Amino acid sequence: MDIVVVQFLTGLASASSLFLVASGLSIIFGVSRIVNFAHGSFYMLGAYLAWTLVERLPYGPLGFWGGIVGAAAIVALLGLVMEFVLLRRIYRAPELFQLLATFGVVLIVQDATLWLWGPQDLLGPRAPGLRGAVTILGQRFPQYDLLLIFIGPVVLALLWLLFTRTRWGTLVRAATQDREMVGALGVDQKLLFTTVFMLGSFLAGLGGALQLPRESVNLQMDLTIITDAFVVVVVGGMGSLGGAFLAALLIGVLHAFGIVVFPKITLVLIFLVMAVVLVLRPYGLMGRKPGPVAATVGLVTPLIGPTPRALVWLGLVAGALLVLAPLFVGDYTLTILSEMAILALFAASLHFMMGPGGMASFGHAAYFGLGAYAAALLMRQLGLGMPLGLIAAPLAGAAFGLLFGWFCVRLSGVYLAMLTLAFAQICWSVAFQWVELTGGDNGLLNILPSGWAQTRQGFYWLALVLSIAGILLLRWLIRTPFGHALRAARDNPLRAEAVGMAVGRLQWAGFAVAASFAGFAGGLYAYFKGSVFPTFISIPRSVDALLMVLLGGVDTLAGPIVGAVVYTGLHEQLMSLTDYWRAILGLIIVVLVVAFPQGLAGQARDWWLARNGGRA
Amino acid sequence: MSAVLAVDGLRKSFGGVHAVQGVQFALGAGEMLALIGPNGAGKSTCFNMLNGQIRPDGGTVMLDGRDITGMKPRDVWRLGVGRTFQITATFASFTVAENVQLALSSYHRRLTTLWRRASSLDRDEALALLRQVGMADQADRQTGILAYGDLKRVELAIALANRPRLLLMDEPTAGMAPQERVGLMALTARLAREQGIAVLFTEHDMDVVFGHADRVMVLERGRKIAEGTPEAVRSDERVQAIYLGSGAMYGEGH
Amino acid sequence: MLTVQGLDAHYGLAHILAGIELTVQRGEVVVLLGRNGAGKSTTLKSIIGLVRPSAGQITFEGQGIAGRSPSTIARLGLGYVPEERRIFTELTVRENLEVGRQKPRQGVPHWTPEKLYALFPNLAEMKDRPGGRMSGGEQQMLTIARTLMGNPRLILLDEPSEGLSPLIVEQMADAIAALKRDGMTVLLSEQSLHFAARVADRAYIIEKGRIRHEAGMTALLADADVRQRYLAV
Repeated sequence: MDIVVVQFLTGLASASSLFLVASGLSIIFGVSRIVNFAHGSFYMLGAYLAWTLVERLPYGPLGFWGGIVGAAAIVALLGLVMEFVLLRRIYRAPELFQLLATFGVVLIVQDATLWLWGPQDLLGPRAPGLRGAVTILGQRFPQYDLLLIFIGPVVLALLWLLFTRTRWGTLVRAATQDREMVGALGVDQKLLFTTVFMLGSFLAGLGGALQLPRESVNLQMDLTIITDAFVVVVVGGMGSLGGAFLAALLIGVLHAFGIVVFPKITLVLIFLVMAVVLVLRPYGLMGRKPGPVAATVGLVTPLIGPTPRALVWLGLVAGALLVLAPLFVGDYTLTILSEMAILALFAASLHFMMGPGGMASFGHAAYFGLGAYAAALLMRQLGLGMPLGLIAAPLAGAAFGLLFGWFCVRLSGVYLAMLTLAFAQICWSVAFQWVELTGGDNGLLNILPSGWAQTRQGFYWLALVLSIAGILLLRWLIRTPFGHALRAARDNPLRAEAVGMAVGRLQWAGFAVAASFAGFAGGLYAYFKGSVFPTFISIPRSVDALLMVLLGGVDTLAGPIVGAVVYTGLHEQLMSLTDYWRAILGLIIVVLVVAFPQGLAGQARDWWLARNGGRA
Repeated sequence: MSAVLAVDGLRKSFGGVHAVQGVQFALGAGEMLALIGPNGAGKSTCFNMLNGQIRPDGGTVMLDGRDITGMKPRDVWRLGVGRTFQITATFASFTVAENVQLALSSYHRRLTTLWRRASSLDRDEALALLRQVGMADQADRQTGILAYGDLKRVELAIALANRPRLLLMDEPTAGMAPQERVGLMALTARLAREQGIAVLFTEHDMDVVFGHADRVMVLERGRKIAEGTPEAVRSDERVQAIYLGSGAMYGEGH
Repeated sequence: MLTVQGLDAHYGLAHILAGIELTVQRGEVVVLLGRNGAGKSTTLKSIIGLVRPSAGQITFEGQGIAGRSPSTIARLGLGYVPEERRIFTELTVRENLEVGRQKPRQGVPHWTPEKLYALFPNLAEMKDRPGGRMSGGEQQMLTIARTLMGNPRLILLDEPSEGLSPLIVEQMADAIAALKRDGMTVLLSEQSLHFAARVADRAYIIEKGRIRHEAGMTALLADADVRQRYLAV
């Protein structure tokens, strides 16, 4: 009993920081419609800055609390800079591009933090005056945690007053629904956005700074917290502060108990709770179905016409050159080309679900990784080789696509995307924690292809042929009645239902198809690398896929291929040039988003149309 | 004349507000029935219950003698209920013909076909429907860039794809110019008569209502307060007081 | 008071407005008549700054406003009432009015919630009701009241009669007439000639993004030829 109470209280204490971060994320999303991936980075920066400030300032209540609040204030200023320099330029860009840009910031902040504070974990001091513990039912409980338990509700109350009792709050709530109309009524939107972004960033920074006495400060904090914050926001209901608070309590307490009772399956437990909540209330505990987003007039998604003859020839020539490539190029280039082929298939599978399917995924690596693990486990556990592995990989992708997709297709837009990310993180943690089966961080090694494909050339041809076949199959699917129906459901779900289409089932099938091709790509990748690691499922891998698709352009069939080739090439080059390749990659992403909001292939198509005066 | 649509005792409340309370009416083949009433009188709710978008709290909806109360929209559609929306709803990233082809392929249960190109499936039938509404010459244009009046015609063609017995039209002429309104409703009336389709429509334009409806039904606060020929409803004092006003805003009023 | 010269606007590659020319004098009620897609809404949106004009000049009270942000234009005393009403559904009537509030402006009536409740008695009965739980007619009144809270010198009304029952349309016409009596200047867009006839002094007929005809309202009603050619009534 006693331990139950103490664990419960520990959960409440963790919930406070989580609530601060999630509420900031939710407020920013509400007004700007931007899912700020960099919100987790602000949390991390809050913790690092607090560490530095508290170390430098004289030790004492003033120094400590001054350091905490000071760190949050500096983060708020960084938020101001980010809003001013980056977000203002992309408010009109498609929402996924905005997301990508913020992910670029994540990469930049990661390397900046590494450069400034170094790779080692940092430990902060305890809070002065709260270093001890109180005894609750015979168990010791830190005084500091007791304080944290109170901070959450206090912040909730302050935010509530701010939003309901001040003119600023009324304007923010109005802008959350229709920011354009607020502007047309004479309200300076820019100022409103900037202040909202500062408040949200402040909350993230404060959440991070307050963790200083509780845990070590490290470079993984950003992605860990952003996943938890996504879960909280989805479970609580987007835009609802009360919901975020409830969900933070729920998740915080679950974490605390999970670690004691079922240390291995904490995340699975959270997944189950999230699944139950979303089945009962698809828009979260206190969320409401989002109203129809004001239609963007004049932005009509182009037709998918027959492939232009010139492009067919280009494809044939490129294909022929690729088949003959081993005659001209060396081993290193062949390796890169193999990787590009596999990743192009991976990107094409994501494109299938994002473009025609209209379902963006932040967690597509889940199916890639599951395919890879399926192939690897068949070999390690049952001794079955590549032919069966390459059959099992897409099946594994499809099976989990059906399972996770069943939940995901109940949502749409950013909600759906966040849920896919949460599922991917659960897969990642299982791969990471279930050491007996997956080898954990050490991965599964010696996953060899069949004998004839063990030469670089042999494997290259295998990867090339299978990837091209997969991509062509996906392109064909887009043109079948099934592909058309999927796209129709994206264009207008209400109308689709009204002409007898089962929109939910169509999307579920589309989700599973995309997952199975991703799984297939993952299986190939396992034999390509000869090993499988949890990083195959990690957030950066999912973002790689998103980048390739968006870089190429969602509205073009050639987009994912162009994107995969460009991105993989860039990645390889950067990694060989500098240790800080992440920051440079991040910078390139940001610049590309600002310069080519339609993607490279989309840009090429518009250029082509403008030159030829034709229509799409 | 046996009724295509027979509605009895239809009820629905939202959080204690009685949106529709005990509405009853019938509609025969080839007949045009207009449903009018103040904003918030329950017209949309009534409409959405007929095609299954909202499940009624009570009452029955019979289509050709078959109980369709509470069925899903797509099942209702398959039984022969077509629908057009107040704000035009088409598939914007497809051509005009493909829009109709999609509805036809759905009707013929061919949406899961994986070995044929969708753009060639059911094309002739789609072109025939487009000819009926006068849109065949624009069959290969993208729907997203059509003029508003043309979109309404495409919607009508889509709604005819399942060979409907009943057509539900929610403010079919909203946003159209007077001449286009007359054209669209005359076309609808002709198709209804020729193919024996029962048409139920809501409308705020009284020129359209009094010009094209065979019968008019008036809702207020979820109840039917009048029903009859256009002339009878137009001269009903109660209807004038709650809905029609002085008549200055339609007809020869100015 | 308001002058538009050579106004062009595009959505993507589509040319929506081509050389719109119009003027509105102080105290006038002017109507833009035309069918859906003719460019009425886009003209009003270009004036308030929601659509960025690709060419042309817009002068309001002697200041060029083309290409400036909606909030800047609104704060010069130009009020905008959108076609789709765009009420803040989560906010109460009172809060909706608060969003529209601007500082008092010299030379124009200073509107307060109390004065607006007197003009629209329906709203007075539901001050704390969320906008989403009002009927279409009530929302239409709220959206006008919200714009009046900015104490505008001129209001742009986009299709005030669309989707409303005949009785509410009459009430709408009465409200506009009342505003006109108080000296308000109004530029509205309409499809209904009946409504225009009831409220407007002067009319422009717009078709395919161009002004085709301009006339006093009385003259237009008497001119069967023009009505037949452009409005088919």
